[in-house]
Amino acid sequence: MNINLTMIGQAIAFFIFVVFCMKYVWPPIMAALQERQKKIADGLAASDRAARDLELAQEKSAQELREAKQQAAGLIEQANKRAAQIVEASKDDARKEGQKLIEQAKAEIEQERNQARDALRAEIATIAVAGAEKILETSVDASKHNEMLEKLAAEL
Amino acid sequence: MAGSASEYIQHHLQNLTYGKLPAGYERADGTVLQDATWTLAHTGKEASDMGFWALHIDSLGWAVALGALFLFIFRMAAKRATSDQPGGLQNFVEVMVEFVDQSVKETFHGKNKVIAPLSLTIFCWVFLMNLMDLVPVDFLPQLFHLMGLEYMKVVPTTDVNVTLGMSLSVFALIIYYSLKVKGVGGFVGELTLHPFSSDNMFLKILLVPVNLLLEGVSLIAKPISLALRLFGNLYAGELIFILIALLPFWAQWALSVPWAIFHILVITLQAFIFMMLTIVYLSMAHEDSH
Repeated sequence: MNINLTMIGQAIAFFIFVVFCMKYVWPPIMAALQERQKKIADGLAASDRAARDLELAQEKSAQELREAKQQAAGLIEQANKRAAQIVEASKDDARKEGQKLIEQAKAEIEQERNQARDALRAEIATIAVAGAEKILETSVDASKHNEMLEKLAAEL
Repeated sequence: MAGSASEYIQHHLQNLTYGKLPAGYERADGTVLQDATWTLAHTGKEASDMGFWALHIDSLGWAVALGALFLFIFRMAAKRATSDQPGGLQNFVEVMVEFVDQSVKETFHGKNKVIAPLSLTIFCWVFLMNLMDLVPVDFLPQLFHLMGLEYMKVVPTTDVNVTLGMSLSVFALIIYYSLKVKGVGGFVGELTLHPFSSDNMFLKILLVPVNLLLEGVSLIAKPISLALRLFGNLYAGELIFILIALLPFWAQWALSVPWAIFHILVITLQAFIFMMLTIVYLSMAHEDSH
């Protein structure tokens, strides 16, 4: 229990140790701790953000899918409409074409009939004369009876 | 054994002392010194006759060695400190640092860069010094006896000089921060105008000596109690280990093991108390209004 210089020696050692601890031990450890805390906080924030981003992306993709579906439905509808239109139009065309053909055919028929009639008309005189000759057993002077024959032909 | 029991205890409680013996001093072996001499004390009487001008080489040596060990380990961890995945050593050091930092933050609310490292140093150092108490009492003294050193007290905190050296340093810090934060006037006012005060000027002056006595005693009591609490606990613990060591060797374990296990608690607790009281005293020094 002697009080002596040891006390002062201990105080000096204490002072040196505390200064060393304050300068070279405490700050690096504290810095590492704080940096890790920050890192963890940042990591948590980043994961939060990522989760939010994911949610947003999912929402967006769902919306886009919906839009795409709508668009596709619109397109299909349009195509259907268009197809119907085309069918209708082609039906129309066909009908018109048919009508035209029919008319053409009719015209041709008419024409042919007229030709046939003309040809008949041209030959009727001869046939009539021949017929009359047969009936009369005499020749008929065509020039004398021309007027009558022409009248007959016109009646046809 | 019975006759030498007190000698044995005395021997174990004697520090290895290096100091100055005056001229004309008759040493234990009968020689008389011609001049004042710096030398190792050969007996307890010589050591106490050296007076103030003596060093306890064992206490100081172990204290410095243990403090250096603490700083070496912590410095190594601090150098390699990384904010990524910490290794085992860094984990341990971080636990200690965070524990101390937490204790400081709970008690001390001001801004001070000294208190936290100071507390860490106190806690680890005092703990290590106390830990020497768990080394079997004869182990190291015998080793040093073989090396020719008569006395060897390996637990620095059983030396009142060591605990006083630390508590007086803390006391110096208390005074320093009191003066720094409150100013000389504020500090003197704190010592003289509390706890009794009056609106009457005359009465106020009359109460100054009373207040000064009360506050002065409580101020002085801080370092003394801080030092003696640690010293007393460890000294008593060491004494009991020494007493147990007087038993026959086959019976010692029955008492020394339970006492050692209990002592693990004591040494940690005493280190913690020393640290905690330092923080409390220093935070009191920082509080402006009483």
